[in-house]
Amino acid sequence: MSDFNFFLEVLIGGLLSGLMYSLVALGFVLIYKASGVFNFAQGAMVFLAVLSFVGFMELGLSFWAALPVTIAMMVLVGMATERFVLRPLVNQNENTLLMATIGLAFVIEGVAQLAWGVDVRRLDLGIRDEPMPWLADNFGIFVSELDITAGVVAAVMVAALAVLFSTTKAGRGLRAVADDPAAAMSIGIPLQQIWMLVWATAGVVALVAGMLWGARSGVQFALVLLALKAMPVLIIGGFTSVPGVIVAGLIVGATEKLAEVYIGPYFGGGIEGWAPYMLAVLFLLVRPEGLFGEKIIRRV
Amino acid sequence: MLYREAGQFRTTYAQDSQLLPLWQDKVGMAAILGVGFLVIPFVASDYWLSALLIPWLILSLVALGQNILMGYAGQLSLGAAGFMAVGAFACYNLILRIEGIPFLVALFLSGICSAAVGIVFGLPSLRIRGLYLAVATLASQFFIVWALDKFGWFKNYDIAGVITAQPIIIFGHNFNSPQEKYWVVLGIVVVLTLLAKNMARGSIGRGWMAVRDMDVAAEVTGLPLMWTKLQAFAISSFYCGVGGALFAFAYLQTVEPSAFTIDLSFRILFMVIIGGIGTILGSFLGAGFILLTPIFLNIFFHTVLGKAVDATVASALEQIIFGAMIITFLIVEPLGLARLWQLTKERLRLWPFPH
Repeated sequence: MSDFNFFLEVLIGGLLSGLMYSLVALGFVLIYKASGVFNFAQGAMVFLAVLSFVGFMELGLSFWAALPVTIAMMVLVGMATERFVLRPLVNQNENTLLMATIGLAFVIEGVAQLAWGVDVRRLDLGIRDEPMPWLADNFGIFVSELDITAGVVAAVMVAALAVLFSTTKAGRGLRAVADDPAAAMSIGIPLQQIWMLVWATAGVVALVAGMLWGARSGVQFALVLLALKAMPVLIIGGFTSVPGVIVAGLIVGATEKLAEVYIGPYFGGGIEGWAPYMLAVLFLLVRPEGLFGEKIIRRV
Repeated sequence: MLYREAGQFRTTYAQDSQLLPLWQDKVGMAAILGVGFLVIPFVASDYWLSALLIPWLILSLVALGQNILMGYAGQLSLGAAGFMAVGAFACYNLILRIEGIPFLVALFLSGICSAAVGIVFGLPSLRIRGLYLAVATLASQFFIVWALDKFGWFKNYDIAGVITAQPIIIFGHNFNSPQEKYWVVLGIVVVLTLLAKNMARGSIGRGWMAVRDMDVAAEVTGLPLMWTKLQAFAISSFYCGVGGALFAFAYLQTVEPSAFTIDLSFRILFMVIIGGIGTILGSFLGAGFILLTPIFLNIFFHTVLGKAVDATVASALEQIIFGAMIITFLIVEPLGLARLWQLTKERLRLWPFPH
């Protein structure tokens, strides 16, 4: 196999797995945009969502029955979070809110493990994590089917969210709240309903991300670390930009895989864990607000 | 009645700026130190010393470091355990590679190493702040632990990855028993705490707090922003580094990267939040709280259910309780346990009268 094909393979694999990070990061952006909360618990929500999904299926529900049940549960979780964590903390500074969501992450992880146990489970979506034969035969490039599915799903999700934000009434309300909560409230936009909507949406996004990741690496506790993986994506993309998340996901995914393959051997491997962070930190030094983030202006 | 300042006048500046102006405080502190140094080592069992008191003191020291950065200087950091790891490995390597280096010198130097690393990872704070900084500090956590794990030199090419820490030898005496280790740890913690208290209430601490409250305003009033921020990072990492070295040498007795996970970082963060952000006392209360909660839970299960609970269930419950406590404290008492103690003191001033 030629070197160039190998490079392409690594690159495409990286780009597509980057999109899977984007899916996780999307949940962060949704919540940050609407409520200014950096939701550290997103990874835990991914874990809870997919673990419950698999759990419901084990209880005898079919795939299509478990899906709405899990979605309903995630909506409830989102609403409860809004009611019991965020509402009492309204108007606190963002560091306090971040710490509260770290606490929330612990609670959700604990609840998920208490309810469903700690065994690693398999999730079969009927999509194979193997090279797609058509691509392999025609171009000699081996790219996993799951990766491609994830890419398509991510694209669909982003498109759907873009439509939701820009055309529906709730979406317009959401953007207004994101812009200025006080002003939005004063013209009669129901702040709390909007927040519940956002948290519920984030829950659904978490489920989708969790299902794809679960199909790849098994449904297990390690999924909560996804939240940490998604952070460089967020930093590079900017906390408030949906397209930014996609672009940053591609950058992070490609860098991670290329660095692991081409630079990793010099250090004995394992640089995947921090290479994206270093990239993000370097990035911040140049553009503190990320690629597409809003310019940060500070006044005394 | 019990705790009144009435009749205790301060007539000189020296009196006004002393650490413990009230005789009640002086007596109380002397009693605590006396009990800590002279009573506890003889009364407490080895289990109490090595499983509770030593880790409590060490983690208090680390929480103090985290508190300096987070509570006083307002730079949220999520990488405390990374700096602890630097301290632990620096201490191990110093003792290993420098013939006859005294333990206390090695400990001090490992704090310095950790401070140097802290400055490097504090550099992004000059450009970014708030949430972005918090995320950037995660980089230190991952990078440091990875580097210590990957480069054999740090571990002296030990295959197993778990290195036995060298004995603590001070002035030719091997501090081996839990009792002796406790003395070493307590002595270091007391000295460093006193230092931290004085930094916090002096001009250094005022600089940190100015940066915390509004960095742009602080800079406008002539405070060197870069110097102040890096100083906070350096001092905080120094405390974490010394704490980490003690954690490895006096508590774990082993030096291994896997002891300093992100989970530990979060626990330290929780200690600061629960104990009280921006207070010295809070670091100690928070560390005690986080350390004791799992133990109390265990005892609770034993007495209520009459049998030991499955370890996974217990750890899940512990997580839920920690998380819930964090959220509760942030909502109900953002200033933590230290604030509760302060309120108690206010009450004691008047007790038993209502006004």
